[in-house]
Amino acid sequence: MAEPTQREFVLGEGTGGGGQNLLIGLGPSHPAMHGIIRITAELDGETFVRADVEIGYLHRAFEKDCEVGGWNNAIPYTDRLNYVSPLINNFGYCAAVEKLLGIEVTERCKYIRTIMAEISRVCDHLTCVGATAMELGAFTAFLYMIKAREYLWELVEDVTGARLTISYGRVGGVKADLPDGLAGKARHAFKETREVLDEVHRLLTGNRIFVDRMVGVGALTREETIAYAITGPMLRAVGVPYDVRRAQPYDVYDRLEWVIPTQRDGDNYARYLVRMAEMEQSMRIVEQALAMIPGGPINVDSAGRAIDPAAYVDRGKQGKTEGLLLVPITLSPNLEGQQRAELARVNVGDKRVVLPPKANTYGSIEGLMNHFMLIMEGHGIRPPQGEAYVPVEGANGELGFYVVSDGSDRPYRVRCRPPCLPPMAALHRMIEGEMVADLIPTFGSVNMIGGELDR
Amino acid sequence: MDGAAILERVRARFGPGVVDAHDHRGDHTAIVARDALLSVLVWCRDEPALAFDMLTDLTAVDYLQYPGREDGPRFEVVYHLYSVPHNHRLRVKVRVEEDDAVVPSAVALWPIANWFEREVWDMFGVRFEGHPDPRRLLMYEEFVGHPLRKDYPIDRRQPLIGPGT
Repeated sequence: MAEPTQREFVLGEGTGGGGQNLLIGLGPSHPAMHGIIRITAELDGETFVRADVEIGYLHRAFEKDCEVGGWNNAIPYTDRLNYVSPLINNFGYCAAVEKLLGIEVTERCKYIRTIMAEISRVCDHLTCVGATAMELGAFTAFLYMIKAREYLWELVEDVTGARLTISYGRVGGVKADLPDGLAGKARHAFKETREVLDEVHRLLTGNRIFVDRMVGVGALTREETIAYAITGPMLRAVGVPYDVRRAQPYDVYDRLEWVIPTQRDGDNYARYLVRMAEMEQSMRIVEQALAMIPGGPINVDSAGRAIDPAAYVDRGKQGKTEGLLLVPITLSPNLEGQQRAELARVNVGDKRVVLPPKANTYGSIEGLMNHFMLIMEGHGIRPPQGEAYVPVEGANGELGFYVVSDGSDRPYRVRCRPPCLPPMAALHRMIEGEMVADLIPTFGSVNMIGGELDR
Repeated sequence: MDGAAILERVRARFGPGVVDAHDHRGDHTAIVARDALLSVLVWCRDEPALAFDMLTDLTAVDYLQYPGREDGPRFEVVYHLYSVPHNHRLRVKVRVEEDDAVVPSAVALWPIANWFEREVWDMFGVRFEGHPDPRRLLMYEEFVGHPLRKDYPIDRRQPLIGPGT
């Protein structure tokens, strides 16, 4: 065999006997990787021959950390799993612990969880599609979509008090009720979002450059998608209408009208179309849920009894202090014994799941003790021994929590089944045989989220 | 098919291969002997009435400090199966001792088992016999120990070793 010229050797160019594959490392901090992974790729010219995907750069011992605190202590960690749609992680984890406890949340709470999860899903899809478009050069679409996400994050902020590290879910309920006027704000936000989606459709869906880069790229067959346990938009893009919200309905998804968008081709373009259609469905779900949401309590205790939301946060603590100055202090009815019968439920020994109303914590020894028993180390929620697996539909697919309890106040084991790990495991199948530049849209459509992938 | 009927069929087919079964909180679970594991998984995947074509999740639990199980087999490897055509689920578990922490690999059945098994090896030190690529998944190669084992202290520090040192 002839010695390859230097140009052939370095660039892998040339034909015939001089050809040699080039081994390159992409990442861990390559500009095209909007998460930290490393791909060791063997290239023949500009074509991937073999690729080895290496993950773990964002590993922060989520599952181990969950084992050292109380059951509720894991909730802030779940925020950081999928940091684009943290509410879904919160609710998934809470649902798993509730299943272990054998309790069911109240009607109003189910609606709240549905509404907030769907708003998060739209945020997630907006980010994913916007980032993919940006990496293909369509910076305008990215800016539009981030603008729409901003409206939705304002809703999230109104409800949870935070944009990203929301920690809104609680075992047995949610942190607080929906604020007044949310329906009106949601209407406005959705109107803006729909306008953006319409614009993006016109900008991208028929755009020659976008279509050329997406159609037929990164495709997986139906069989391979299932064998790799890929769920969510990527599974629906090969024509399998599997959605946890429909297959094993939780919260109130079975009472609302929505459809599961599917495509057939399984390539990046199909995934893009599925995500675009899903955003509209999510907004439909939120609109229906907001119209149907009942009043009533949002939190239950471990026996499944409802806790009155009005008792949760008193006016002063909400910052509504006007008119409170110089008002004579009225004693809490607790101190006069009017609620003694109800407080009998919250005395020491009653293993309640949800923290007592703050007025009780500060106003009565029973409330304080109840609070103490839930917060202090060595006390807290104690699910009976056993195990439970709960899947919910995350933005990227089936998000599962497998929790094991040994009967103590700490989780014995918390396992998160991250929805974007299977597509990452199959990434080499999607890029092998394709060009280096095709990695960009494929990686975008996988929507890798380092937080949940590496935990 | 509902979970009880699935368990019934698995029991009828494998008899003593199924060590135990339960449906705690509605999650139907079969605990199988290690020798029978692969044949149970193959049968679950290929039997048309079950058709568990998706290995949703594969993980492990270290029962070292679990009350009442300190002396039993230390690890449980947990398979969560899902059937897309039939929309039903099954959990299959296999127990392994610490000094013989080896389980046959399921990579030939479902390619996703490749990464899941690498993660279990990484985190628990359970080895998968016949795995084509038995590397760590999340931790780096030079890491010593298996962090999700109960006897691995959470505050242990290890030097980060970069490539080439």
